[in-house]
Amino acid sequence: MMISNKAELDKCREAAVEELQSYGCRILVCSGTGCIATGSEKIYQKMMEIVGNTPNVTIEFAPHDEKEHVGVKRTGCQGFCEFGPLVRIQKGDKVVQYIKVQPDDCQEIFDNTVMGDGLVDRLLYKKAENTYVQPDEIPFIAKQTRVVLENCGRFDAESIDEYIAAGGFKALEKVLFDMKPEDVVEEVDQSGLRGRGGGGFPTGRKWKQVAAQEEKERYVVCNGDEGDPGAFMDGSVMEGDPFKLIEGMMIAGYAVGSSEGYIYVRAEYPNSVARLKHAIAVMEERNLLGDDILGTGFAFHMHINRGAGAFVCGEGSALTASIEGNRGFPRTKPPRTVDHGLWAKPTVLNNVETYANVPKIILKGHEWFRTIGTEGSPGTKTFSLTGSIENTGLIEVPMGTTLREIIYEIGGGLQEGSEFKAVQIGGPSGGCLTTQHLDEPLDFDSVKKFGAIVGSGGLVVMNTDTCMVEVARFFMSFTQRESCGKCVPCRIGTKRMLEILEKIVAGKGEVEDLDKLEEIAKSVKDLSLCGLGKSAPLPVLSTIRMFRDEYMEHIVDKKCASHTCTALRNYYINPEKCKGCTKCARNCPVGAITGEKKEPHTIDTAKCIKCGACIENCSFDAIEVR
Amino acid sequence: MLDQSYYEKADEIIGRYGKKPSSLIPIMQDIQGEYRYLPGELLTYTAQQIGVTEAKAYSVATFYENFSFEPKGKYVIKVCDGTACHVRKSMPILEALYKELGLSKKKHTTDDMIFTVETVSCLGACGLAPTLMVNEEVHPKMSPEKVVALVQELRGEGA
Repeated sequence: MMISNKAELDKCREAAVEELQSYGCRILVCSGTGCIATGSEKIYQKMMEIVGNTPNVTIEFAPHDEKEHVGVKRTGCQGFCEFGPLVRIQKGDKVVQYIKVQPDDCQEIFDNTVMGDGLVDRLLYKKAENTYVQPDEIPFIAKQTRVVLENCGRFDAESIDEYIAAGGFKALEKVLFDMKPEDVVEEVDQSGLRGRGGGGFPTGRKWKQVAAQEEKERYVVCNGDEGDPGAFMDGSVMEGDPFKLIEGMMIAGYAVGSSEGYIYVRAEYPNSVARLKHAIAVMEERNLLGDDILGTGFAFHMHINRGAGAFVCGEGSALTASIEGNRGFPRTKPPRTVDHGLWAKPTVLNNVETYANVPKIILKGHEWFRTIGTEGSPGTKTFSLTGSIENTGLIEVPMGTTLREIIYEIGGGLQEGSEFKAVQIGGPSGGCLTTQHLDEPLDFDSVKKFGAIVGSGGLVVMNTDTCMVEVARFFMSFTQRESCGKCVPCRIGTKRMLEILEKIVAGKGEVEDLDKLEEIAKSVKDLSLCGLGKSAPLPVLSTIRMFRDEYMEHIVDKKCASHTCTALRNYYINPEKCKGCTKCARNCPVGAITGEKKEPHTIDTAKCIKCGACIENCSFDAIEVR
Repeated sequence: MLDQSYYEKADEIIGRYGKKPSSLIPIMQDIQGEYRYLPGELLTYTAQQIGVTEAKAYSVATFYENFSFEPKGKYVIKVCDGTACHVRKSMPILEALYKELGLSKKKHTTDDMIFTVETVSCLGACGLAPTLMVNEEVHPKMSPEKVVALVQELRGEGA
């Protein structure tokens, strides 16, 4: 159905709502990257097959007649990635959440829950003697506030009709018919929305600056180059609710007077690219993108650019350089992107989650938005919760939620009951928060005070088995590799810092290395050209501040308490457990293990290369690492 | 010398994006998508066609990690070493792959051109760490044992 004016949009919405309500039952198969990886596509196909083969049942948009009408849908990320593939069975308001569904389970689910009112007990989520049926009852989901992710997992990510039925394009309609561009900018400004990409710059102020430019050719660009390792929120929005992102960008376009939008997506997100391409094609087909949208004369065209594997392209000026077909080098600022962005024209550059917040702010108003979150950071924030945590997955919470609530109430505590040590927030540009920060509310300003940044929202939880020096080395190796090489402090500074960290984890550190690290870190932080360099030393500085003892232990005692750093491990054979079977001696590649048959063996630590082959080969658990 | 068909393919790809300098990256991406690497001759050809210098095209191609002038194997295995995967021990998986396929940090592709092994900084499936990607398919919760089994399975298909 074409949607060329307001009447047609209304008609389409009515039809879509009616269609949605006509389903006796909807089978919602999670199609986020995580669940696809665990095999959800097979579940989708199997469900289609079962439903298709059942007499008196129709699927999708076929004419309904007297038959039962069942929908099989691919949704965006349902969030509980650890327990995929996820399937929800929805009948009106009643929703059943199944976890870890396999193709062989499909028939049983269909017979019991789709056709009947029974449950398949073994596929329900269970925790501490409780069984959870509805997804909203599961503590992981119940404790969240979903604004940006509200459609993820509930609607077909590829269906424009479902998006419209869920209230999609109402905000676009409102701005095009009832608001002047300056009202839109004002509304966003009043809402206090801040850039979700990490910097936390006020979005409304950015839009104002672009709208005030003399140059009339302007661009709207979306940063979907979610490069932080351990972060997948933006990917989940792009693949789970692509229409919402596009609607947000269109509103930005209307507000600042731009008719061209670009989304720059990371190359490692093929699903996001495919879903966005599909969404754009459908919208163009229906006249929702192009010239004269809804008959108002407003024109907007969307383009997708795929990244090519350069982390630095998440930086604004590098990103626009990449869209222009150049190397992704950041440039000196000012001029800022708002004056001199894509093709040297004024450009609004925001992150995926920022745009995805916009339609709801327009619809419900800035007062509503300000009821969520904190005074200085209103709204919600999505995080990807990963690492040594019981429930990994995609979450959304109000700004100002404490780390304790996130880790223990939503995340279910640490994996296998291990002990909390730290959480890395903000990826390679961020820092560590530790037990002393567990009860601090997390928002843009508070996290900065602790020497870290909210960043794009990666939360990697680490337990006491994690070596913080090695973590610092890991992040430094990442930023060093990704340094574009344009400016000296970053190019050389990160390299020197990495060398020192490598020296320390290899057990060759000296006490003055810590001072050197801090000194170089300061130069890199102060003198680098772009955000990548300026923030590269943060993980090192923050781990030195929080875990100085651990660094000293590596340097002075030559010990790594968590036994992570290979060079600092020492292997011993416990003579009480060793049976003298000789297996370890036979498997030692350097002949460091000696001993008589049936007598306890010993390891010559001078010869030992710490490869761990003996541990793998010992059947009696006799080899210990100290 | 490349076969004429390569140039015809390049023309078709250039047609998709138009002969303008800003089309350079998407054109190179599609060429690489087609041949699993970027043949040097086609880089030169593309540069001429869209009006950028060969030096510029080369500088862009070498800047981005995804472009490769070396032919890659039929299966490109990208082992994720993002934070979440790293914390959940992704390195032993890479080592197991190297060992199984006789590869190393210096040698990425097997001589029979079946496998290429690379590392990548995040695949966005952190909830299922450690992960890896074979061509465009993500494999969750890997372990050194599982990856060896996976390689053996792919080898069966590849032969």
